Amino acid sequence: MIMGFLNSISYVAAAFHTLAAVVVISALLVVFVRNIVHSVLWLAVCFVSLAGVFLTLNADFIAAVQVMVYAGAVCIMVVFGIMLIRRRDMGETNLFNGQTVAAAGVTALVIMLSGFLSFKVGSVTSPAPVPADTVGNIATLLLSKYVIPFEVAALLLLVALVGAVFLAKEVKADADSDS
Amino acid sequence: MVEFAMHNAWLVPLLPALSFVIIIFLTKPWPKLSGLVTVAGMVLACAVASFAAYGVFTNHAIAEKPLVYATRWFSMPGLHIDVGVQLDPTSAMMMFMVTLVASLIFIYATGYMKGDPGYSVFFSYLSLFGSSMLLLVISSNLLQMFVAWELVGLCSYLLIGFYTHKISAREAAKKAFVTCRVADFGLLLGILSLQIVFGTLNLTELAEKINHFEQYTTMGMMTLIAVLVFIGPIGKSGQFPLHVWLPDAMEGPTPVSALIHAATMVVAGVYLVGRMIFMFDKVPTAMELVAVTGAFTALFAASIAITQNEIKRILAYSTVSQLGYMMLALGVGSLTASMFHLWTHAFFKALMFLGAGSVLHALHHKADVWEMGGLLKKMPITGYTFMAGCLAIAGIPPFAGFWSKDEILLAVFDSGHYVLFTMAALTAFMTAFYMWRLFFLAFMGDEKPENHPHESPWNMTMPLVVLAILAAVGGLVGTPVNNMWAQWIYFGHPHEGHVNWLIMIGSVVLGFAGIYLAYTLYVADKTKARAHAMAEKYKFFHNLSYNKYYIDEIYLWFNHTIVDGSAKLFYLFDIYVVDGIIINGIAAFTRLSGEGLRITQTGRLQNYALVFFLGVLALAVALAFTETSAAFGLVTGGAK
Amino acid sequence: MLTLTVSLYHYLILSAILFGIGLFGVLAKRNAIAVLICIELMLNAININLLAFNKYMTPGDFIGQIFAIFVITVAAAEVGVGLAIIIAIYRNKLSVNLDDFDWLKW
Repeated sequence: MIMGFLNSISYVAAAFHTLAAVVVISALLVVFVRNIVHSVLWLAVCFVSLAGVFLTLNADFIAAVQVMVYAGAVCIMVVFGIMLIRRRDMGETNLFNGQTVAAAGVTALVIMLSGFLSFKVGSVTSPAPVPADTVGNIATLLLSKYVIPFEVAALLLLVALVGAVFLAKEVKADADSDS
Repeated sequence: MVEFAMHNAWLVPLLPALSFVIIIFLTKPWPKLSGLVTVAGMVLACAVASFAAYGVFTNHAIAEKPLVYATRWFSMPGLHIDVGVQLDPTSAMMMFMVTLVASLIFIYATGYMKGDPGYSVFFSYLSLFGSSMLLLVISSNLLQMFVAWELVGLCSYLLIGFYTHKISAREAAKKAFVTCRVADFGLLLGILSLQIVFGTLNLTELAEKINHFEQYTTMGMMTLIAVLVFIGPIGKSGQFPLHVWLPDAMEGPTPVSALIHAATMVVAGVYLVGRMIFMFDKVPTAMELVAVTGAFTALFAASIAITQNEIKRILAYSTVSQLGYMMLALGVGSLTASMFHLWTHAFFKALMFLGAGSVLHALHHKADVWEMGGLLKKMPITGYTFMAGCLAIAGIPPFAGFWSKDEILLAVFDSGHYVLFTMAALTAFMTAFYMWRLFFLAFMGDEKPENHPHESPWNMTMPLVVLAILAAVGGLVGTPVNNMWAQWIYFGHPHEGHVNWLIMIGSVVLGFAGIYLAYTLYVADKTKARAHAMAEKYKFFHNLSYNKYYIDEIYLWFNHTIVDGSAKLFYLFDIYVVDGIIINGIAAFTRLSGEGLRITQTGRLQNYALVFFLGVLALAVALAFTETSAAFGLVTGGAK
Repeated sequence: MLTLTVSLYHYLILSAILFGIGLFGVLAKRNAIAVLICIELMLNAININLLAFNKYMTPGDFIGQIFAIFVITVAAAEVGVGLAIIIAIYRNKLSVNLDDFDWLKW
């Protein structure tokens, strides 16, 4: 019986629906928990399960990047940020503001509209399988056809690095009095 | 010399204009010199005009075909305006009469205005007036005429209000100007309509085109134009119901009254209708209107003049009445009779005004005829010349007024307007009565001890004498026996001079009857008891006449209730609707919407993002559900 | 019997939901860091779209995947700079509460 069930579904589809459920739930928790640190933890969960979703899309390289950059670097960075501006009580650090109802309305409309339009797209089956060698293909393309955007992205990262350092640097007391 | 004058008639209005300029810019500080310049300018103009008139009246071709000297003033597509001189018997006569009367009155004014602080200014105005009037007379087209028409109106305003320290003079000047402006608007509309319909304003061309106006327009339009044109003369020539300004205009200095409001300017209306007679002749309705207006005005003004007490006011109503006579003559189609009466009237009415001025001068501006009396002994020249004027206006032969009035009565009778004829005859009787009432009260009877009259200086009496002679013999050019006048000034075909003895003798009898009635009431009856008793007996009619039929009061009532009332309505509309709702409303709306919109400027980024996404939503919906949009294919399932 | 399938529109709807959750967070959270986190959620929703289109529309071209790499790059840079800005503001205002920041009003 269980073999019949397994035959009747594709493993990919099952994986997608499970992962999608995890993504949505963890994303909701990111928004709704009242402690900002918990939010970041749920964010990490969300990112990791998203990496799983990416795997179902034959994007194993992106999934790896997702785990490293988002679940790793971004989450750690945010936690550091929280630590730098820490208050005594973390319990009530992630509250809603005054326009929650309106925001919910707009959000509902956005989801409905884009959901409706997405649903209209219908079932599209892939014309051909994605080549198995994703890393090699991406590498070739990035260093040939997309080399200029690649270099620009590198420059952007450098600028962001310098900018972040400059912005976050402690202002000296004497410099303060100077200005 | 005659040739020169005929070909250079433009000098006639130019000479007084030159005196005006000279006085304003050079001789203003020296009053005597200013007076001299004015008189010299007008006398020179008179000389030129005399030669020109002589030339016209010895060349019969001009009576058929006017002599026109014109040059293009300005030109644009569909509108060509000339400026020029038109010499024909009518304008030559008018030019001669105006320059002659004006010269005499200017000489008179040098004596009358002596010692006045505004002497030079007064004479500059007089010169300007003379120039404008002569320009009007010799104009060869209607627009030029209208310009001059407005100029004489302006001069009239300036001169009526010359005594600026007198409130009544200022008010009278305003009244005259406004009343005439109302009428001029009609005239202007008429002139514009003529330009639109016929495409020209030149009198000779208009005469030709209107002769067969059916080619251009309908009878109804023609009637409208004629009536519009006639509105101008109604105002300028003091016809009912716009006569109200003329009696008030007597607030001006007496030479002004004589020159402008008796002899020249007020006849401009008659002259204009006479000039346009070729048009009125084609429109029977308009002719009837002119005739009825004239006859009614004549009778109406005469009935007012009977009970008035101020010497110049009586003369003013007399002028209105006589102008009605001229209009009546035009209305029955007799240019000859009308212009003849215009000619004789200018002399005797100028004479009587100057005589009245002499009396006022002597009595230090005491104007009530009841307070005069016995002046004939103290002021013989003034008295006897005045008597000549009274004889002329009463229609006693052989004085000028007899011939012209007879001509008018004859023309009215011949045209078959018997009702109008009766009115005219009644007017003749009343005219004789009120003029002699004035004469008897002022010059006969007992002297009043408080008055110390004295005869006026030579420069005032000399014009009186000359005018008296003219008033006596001026009508001899148009006697039925040898009617030279009708040979020259006519419309259509020369007037056949015939004598209707019934009318001639009848009018003389009416004149004498009027004089006799005045004599019994005001001379034979020393106490004037009967006159007062009659006034008491017919109190209603006396009051009606004495208060000028309450026309001024009616206008005042109209102005106060209707005009002021509607002004008040508009004021309220302005305050509450324009200011209240529109202006303050817009301001309040702007302020309130500003205050409302300010709330949206929270400065919070998340608010802005919220609205931003609302916008994105709207845009997405618009794109997705618009048929022309590329995204529409998605919604319809790619069926596009 | 319920058959589980997966197709392009499943991914798109997942993406829409995730984007909506992120948007709600951006609009309704008070803490600036929470807003930053929610922006990351939205960016990830976009990434799902890009990869889904890559698979179902142009499998051989890798455009979607390369685009996703750039998105991740930019997101990383954005988080870095964003946190630096929040820290700088915190130093001045001693607050990361977005309700306290209405400087745009002036």
